[in-house]
Order: sequence, then structure tokens, then C-alpha cells
Amino acid sequence: MEWEVVIGLETHTQLRTNTKIFSGASTTYGAEPNTQACEVSIALPGVLPVLNKEAVNCAIQFGLAVNAEIAPRSVFARKNYFYPDLPKGYQISQYELPVVGKGAVTIQVPAVGKNAAYEKVINITRAHLEEDAGKSVHGAVEGMSGIDLNRAGTPLLEIVTEPDMRSAAEAVAYAKKLHELVQWIGICDGNMQEGSFRCDVNVSVRPKGTEKLGTRREIKNLNSFKFMQQAIEYETRWQIETLEDGGTIQQATVLFNPDTGETRAMRSKEEANDYRYFPDPDLLPLAITEADKARVAAQMPELPEAMKLRFETQFGLTSYDAASLTASRELAQYFVETVDAGADAKPAANWVMGAISAKLNAEEKTLAASPVSAVNLASLLKRIADNTISNNAAKQVFEAMWNGEGEVDAIIDAKGLKQVSDTGAIEAIIDEVLAANAAMVEEFKAGKEKAFNALVGQAMKASKGKANPAQVNEVLKKKLGA
Amino acid sequence: MINSSLKTLAQMLANKEISSVELTQTFLNRIDAYNPVINAYIALDHEKTLAQAKAADVRIAAGNATPLTGIPIAQKDIFCAEGWKTTCGSKMLENFIAPYDAHVITQFDHAGAVNLGKTNMDEFAMGSSNETSYFGGVKNPWDFTRVPGGSSGGSAAAVAARLCAAATGTDTGGSIRQPASLCGFTGLKPTYGVVSRYGMIAFASSLDQAGPMAKSAEDCALMMNVMAGFDERDSTSLNRDKEDYTRELYNSNPNKPLQGLRVGLPKEFFADGLDAGVATVIEDAIAEYKKLGAEIVEISLPNTGLSIPVYYVLAPAEASSNLSRYDGVRYGHRASEYTDLMDMYCKSRAEGFGAEVKRRILIGTYVLSAGYYDAYYLKAQQIRRLIAQDFEVAFKKCDVIMGPAAPSTAFKAGEKVDDPVAMYLQDIYTISTNLAGLPGMSVPAGFATSADGKPLPVGLQIIGNYFDEARMLNVAHQYQQVTDWHAQAPTLDKPEGNA
Repeated sequence: MEWEVVIGLETHTQLRTNTKIFSGASTTYGAEPNTQACEVSIALPGVLPVLNKEAVNCAIQFGLAVNAEIAPRSVFARKNYFYPDLPKGYQISQYELPVVGKGAVTIQVPAVGKNAAYEKVINITRAHLEEDAGKSVHGAVEGMSGIDLNRAGTPLLEIVTEPDMRSAAEAVAYAKKLHELVQWIGICDGNMQEGSFRCDVNVSVRPKGTEKLGTRREIKNLNSFKFMQQAIEYETRWQIETLEDGGTIQQATVLFNPDTGETRAMRSKEEANDYRYFPDPDLLPLAITEADKARVAAQMPELPEAMKLRFETQFGLTSYDAASLTASRELAQYFVETVDAGADAKPAANWVMGAISAKLNAEEKTLAASPVSAVNLASLLKRIADNTISNNAAKQVFEAMWNGEGEVDAIIDAKGLKQVSDTGAIEAIIDEVLAANAAMVEEFKAGKEKAFNALVGQAMKASKGKANPAQVNEVLKKKLGA
Repeated sequence: MINSSLKTLAQMLANKEISSVELTQTFLNRIDAYNPVINAYIALDHEKTLAQAKAADVRIAAGNATPLTGIPIAQKDIFCAEGWKTTCGSKMLENFIAPYDAHVITQFDHAGAVNLGKTNMDEFAMGSSNETSYFGGVKNPWDFTRVPGGSSGGSAAAVAARLCAAATGTDTGGSIRQPASLCGFTGLKPTYGVVSRYGMIAFASSLDQAGPMAKSAEDCALMMNVMAGFDERDSTSLNRDKEDYTRELYNSNPNKPLQGLRVGLPKEFFADGLDAGVATVIEDAIAEYKKLGAEIVEISLPNTGLSIPVYYVLAPAEASSNLSRYDGVRYGHRASEYTDLMDMYCKSRAEGFGAEVKRRILIGTYVLSAGYYDAYYLKAQQIRRLIAQDFEVAFKKCDVIMGPAAPSTAFKAGEKVDDPVAMYLQDIYTISTNLAGLPGMSVPAGFATSADGKPLPVGLQIIGNYFDEARMLNVAHQYQQVTDWHAQAPTLDKPEGNA
């Protein structure tokens, strides 16, 4: 039987606010344990939550970015359970009425093997605001468990998708897209090591062609795309094998162990908590007006989709190129700066996606750390455009710039890469080449087109590569009467 | 002096007839003499208290006193006060010293009032007799065999026994008004949101409201001027202009001061279950109001009968969640021996909470559980809206509503401890105003004689529309100008030793 995997994601994104979602305590990562835990963070008797408006703005930004309904009225609810790092014994979250409703993101799924790349729309079910819990620290003191409440109350936006994904590749493409989007709009720093972006993945399988969803298992707390890919692939195989062996799938929460590459059940549904959600009486319903949305929209950067379309129409880029350039805000920004500095858009796009990306990947650098700035790249492209150097020479210049050997013009001079564009000099070279290659001239005249290219090659060689190839072509054509 | 109004005390302080230290010491002496019997206070710190009194004297001398500067006030032990043991009447917080001040405490500090101590209360404000306190019951100053009411029983006894100039209380279902009725003084529960709940230990967040407990309506008005006001640390605090709650007290027509006031009498408040002696006192009070110019209107609050069941779904639901933080992990009681985390939770909470608190946590957990939520919690919320609508309709026909504050006078200690439902019925006339968020008062209106021949105080309840506290205070004040029920104080048996 052929199987189909069905995947939905729940992503916890930590919002980039200075203070916690319901108190004024700092959210800075990495402080000494419990130094960022105010009386609200440690849930002293009598304390009350006050909603951080900045967190609400982040939620509105996200809603606008995925074209979602933003609820005019949403409600904070208490999710009740006991855990040592949950100081109130409940988490303030949103349950029945979330701040962001249905929306969608378009993902680019890369080519794998003989399967071509494709686009797909992933529907967002909802996104809601909630507070993070603290952390249990085991073993810091011999034989004891400690509680660090610095993270308790950090604002989160939990983003939930429909079960729209059909492969690990799609799930990873969605997670990457979302990861980029939340950084693009600036609501999350995207730091997966520090837990700023954590994914729970719901996986189920069903016979291909059937409608009914299989029983799902939820893989908790994946904090790298690589692990997500491995976990989903393992989980999918495990579920299929289990069913093919005549077993059944129990709804469960599972953890992925990167060392073994396996998933293992944490708790089954029977042991699941009854969270006893109810509206938090300490907080008023969250009201968001059209004016609030307009105010936030006015401060939002141009979104990747809009920028992609603009690149296509304004610069005549292909859809693929425009999508690649808008895969990250940094990359798009770099491209725009290169064009703004006077480079033509198409070569700029090619160089940004080509030479620059290749170098960055090879050296595992971010654009911010690139030794060649957008302005540097633009001056290089200008020298190609004004025929000062050939494309080949440009590659040498780029290499030198990357290695910190100086400015474009200085490198061209130092390496003697300026191409010859003086018609008289080129005519002289060609005359010599024609004289020395009479046989080729005869072949060309006899109709052998290839001989022309050979003559161009000879001329370029004679100029030590410095002659302007277009001019060589032109002069040669004239002289041969072609 | 112990019977003087806050206004008189302020004048005496201003005129240097007495210092705050002397006044404070007078009350501390009475506390030292009577508290061992009455058990109104559960935390006292004479040093801290007298330091505040000294600072108040400096402030008075400097000429920037407020009406409450130097006045000794008793604080219900539900308010966190920095450096003070704050127990909420529970073993769970027996050794909890608050590291911060509740908004109410800060307000009194800013006014220069003196904190006399923390008063006894039902555990986590759950009770109507003060008998659920881990620190023992409180004696009703009118009859030591009887309860003072609850949950603000310590504050109530302190006001009635003149162990303070005035006190604070909180009222979730009647916890200011019922003890005010049983102990014979004036108490006000303001409109929900008027007094910040910041630092006030939560019982049922959507119902809890702090208010004054004092010897007269005028004293309550002066207390309200300090306690009320917007606080951004409480999201349910209402952002309204600061008001002077005494503003309506002094400008009425002396002959018919309440001319044209429409007083609504809900027929449901005078039906079965009301003690005959209490009913007579209330009828007499209404007659007095007629003399003051009030016009009586019969009204109906048809859903009143549902208020107790609705309350005993919603309040425990909120409480079960509010009390989850007492888990033995960060502060509060932790069992001395346990095998694992779950065992620590279970033992710490089993040992730290009393029976009534556990009962309500269980009820609350049950009504919020999957499968029961719609039938209980959601249904109760719907009825809560109907109860509020009853009042909305009623206030089209009247300006204030009057009736009894409690169905009976003070009952004997131990009489209802084994019958929770009988205890819950103590709040039958007060709970609906909490559910609607309306302000309510209890005003001394006379005495009813008990079966064993003791005259016991009876409180008249006055319910107003939202934010109508100033008018209610005047309605009570005018009555107190022509009656002296509010001025009556119990004669306390002379304690052993000197006082």
C-alpha cells in the first residue's frame, strides 16, 4: 500500500520585546538565574498581570504578514497545570478566542532528486499570545533540581498550521519560511539555540487517496531544521511500519533523540492533563481596532511577497530569482543596496545569488560579515558595465576584494586587468591575427562558422585576454565582410 | 477618644490635643489587653507601628497632613505589606513575610496613616464566621460566644471593640457587609474596579473588592478617599477621575435631606429565610428613611435565588486556579518529608490548606473540568449576566436598593461549622451585588434580641448603582444624623490586668 504523511506544525516564537508579557521584568537572555524574576515572575501572593502592548503589536504584525484575520476582541485564558517551573500553577494563554485567526503563507519547496522545486500554500489556523514558563535546572547543585524563572513570562506567539504538509521537506520549508518571516518583520530574533523559535510537529499517516486523518503523534520541541527533517522521516517510517505490522497508533507526545535519530513517547493521551481552561479574570479582553492595525501596518517593512512581485515588475527578474532574493530580508536588503549604488538589477541579482552566496556558504558567514559590501559590489558591476573589465577579469577582482586587497579600481590597476577598448589597438591585433591565420580565414569564407569563433579566440589570446570581446567581434566581422 | 470619628481625631491631632504616638499607643494598649481574648489581630509589630506614628507626628508638625495622617488603621491580613507577616489566615502562608506593598497599603502610607497590625480572617477569605482561620476564631465583641461574621472577622471585631480607629476589609460575596451587620458598624464594598486589587491576595478575582470598615458613613467616605483610585498594576482597575467621597455629605436640606430619593425594596429580600427580629429592624429603618423624605418603591430581583449557586460555581473555579501557586516550591508551606515532586505537592497542600479551602478547590476544579465546564462554569456566567440585568432593570425604578445585609444576627461559634450550606446562606443578600459588580453597604440599624436574651446588632444593606458610592454614603450619613445605632459600642468585660 502507498502511504501519505500528514503534517501540521505548532511553532512557539519568542517575541522581541524588552520586557515580559505581563510584567516589567527584562527578557534579556543569559542572565544569572532568577535575576530577571520580579514579584510577578515568581507569582507572589497578590500580584497581577498587566499586558505588554509591544507583544500585542508583534501579534498584529504577524497577522498582517500572513494576511490573517486579526480578532477585534480576543481573550486571555488560564491553562492550569502544576509544574515547578510554572510559578502560578497556570499559564496565561489564549484558548477559544486567539488574537490572530486564519491566514496563509506560501512556501518554496526545493528540488529533491528528480522532483522539481514547487510552491505551496500552507494555511495558518491561528496564532495566539501566551507566556513562556521558566526552566528546571537539574544537577547544578548535587542531587537537587533548581528553578530559573528568568524566562517565566517571556512573550510567545504560538503559530498553528492546518495539517497541510505532505512531506518532511514541506514541513522544513514551512518552518524555514516562518523562521525567516518572523525575523523579516522583526518580531523574533530567530535564535533557535536559545529557544527563540521552537517547533512541535504533528505527524500522522494514512493510505494515499483516503480522506480520513490517521491518529497523530506530536514531536515536541524541535529546535533545528535538521532534527525536524530527521524526526519527521523517522516518525513517518515508524508509523507506517507499525501499521503495516498490524499495529495501531496511539495518540501521544514524543521526543526526538538526536543521538539515536529516534522518536520516543513521553506520555500517552490517557495521562494527558485536563488543563481546565477558563478566561483569566485578571485581564480584560484584548480589543484591537482598525486604527491599531493601521498604525502597526504603517510601521511594517515591505513584506517578502510584495517585494518579490516588485522585483519581478520593477527589475524584470524571473519569479525564481525574485523569490531567491527575498528568501531573507538581509539578502533582499543587500540586493536593493547594490542596485541603489548604481548597479544594473540583473547582474546584481546574479552576483548576489551567485558569487556572494557561494562565498558566504563556503565560509559560513552571514551577509553582515561579508567583506564585500553592497557598495563594493556595485562598483565592481559598474566596471563591467562600462567595459573597463571583462566578466572573467571581474571574477579575479571579486576574489581580491573578498580577500581584502582593496578597492575595485585599485585592484584592476594593480592586476592590469583593464580591458582594451581602443579600436585602433584592436584593429592592429586583428590584422596580425588574420595575417597569421590565413587558413582559418579561408575556412570561414568557405562557410565554416566555427572558424569565426576560433579567430575571436586567437584575438583574445593575442591581447592576453584584455581586449573587449564585443569589440573584437565587431571589428572581425567588419574585416571579414561578414 | 476611642469612640471619636476620624474627623474629630484629625482635628485633635491638628490642634496638638494629642499626638499620633499617644493615639496609637492608646489603641495598642487596648489591643494588648483585649486581643488575647478577641483574637482580632494575627500580626502585631508595635515598633513598626509606633515608628509610623512618630513619622506622622513629624508630618503633622510640618503642616502637610492629610485627613488620615496619624490615624491608626487595622489592615486585613489579605493585603501584602512589606516586612509584615502576611498569612491570609492560612497555615500555607504562616511564615510568609511580604516583600512588597499592596496598592491599598501604599495608599495609606502615602496618606500618613498608621498600620496597627494585620487582622484575622477566614482562610483565604473563604468563610462567613472567621472560623476557617488557621489562627483561630474571632470573638464577636457584643457576645464572646458568637462569631463576628466573615471573612473580614478580625477587622470587624477590631472596629466594634474599638481596637482601631477604622479598618480595611475585602468583600467577595459579603465579607465586609455581613460582619459589619453582625458586629454593628458601617462597611462599604465599592463598585468592582474602584479599589486596586494589586497586592491583595486573590480569592475570586472577578468578585474580590477591598473597602472600608468604620464607625460611620463619614469615616467610610474618608477611608474611600485614600483607598480608591486608578492603579495601572491592576488591569481591572477603572481609570476614572479621582473623586471626593465626602462631597455629598454636607449639603443636604436639613429637614428633608433625602427628599425625592427612591428606595427600592426587593421583595425577594424579605421572603422566607429572613429572621423575624432582623426583619423588624429593617422595617423600622425603612420607616425612618420615609421620614427623611425617601419614597419607597417595590422592586423585584427575580434571579436573586440563583446567586448562591452561581457564586459557588464561579468563586471556587477562580479560587482553584488562584490558589495553585501555593505549591511549596518557591515560598509558603512545604511538607517536611516527601518522596517525589507529586508527593511534595500533595503533602504540602494537604497540610497547608484547611478544610473549607480544600472544599472550594475541589468544587472549582470539578466545575472547570472537561465535560463539566459548559454545564457549570459557562451556565453560571450566563446567569451572572441575568443577575446583573435584574439590577439594571431595578435601577430604572429606584436610586438605591435597601434590605437586610445578613439573614440573621451573629450566630454561636461552632453552630454552622459542620453545615457549609447553612454557612453559605449567610451571604444570600450580599452575593448578588458582587456578581453584578455593584457597590453595597451595611449600616447599623438597631438590635434584635437573641433566643438567649442578648441584644445583637442588625445591619441595613444599601445597594447603589455603579460608581454611586458618594450618594450611598450620604444616604447612610443622613440616617446616622437622626439615629445613633452606629455610635453604639459593646461593653467589653474588663480584661484581666490593666487596660
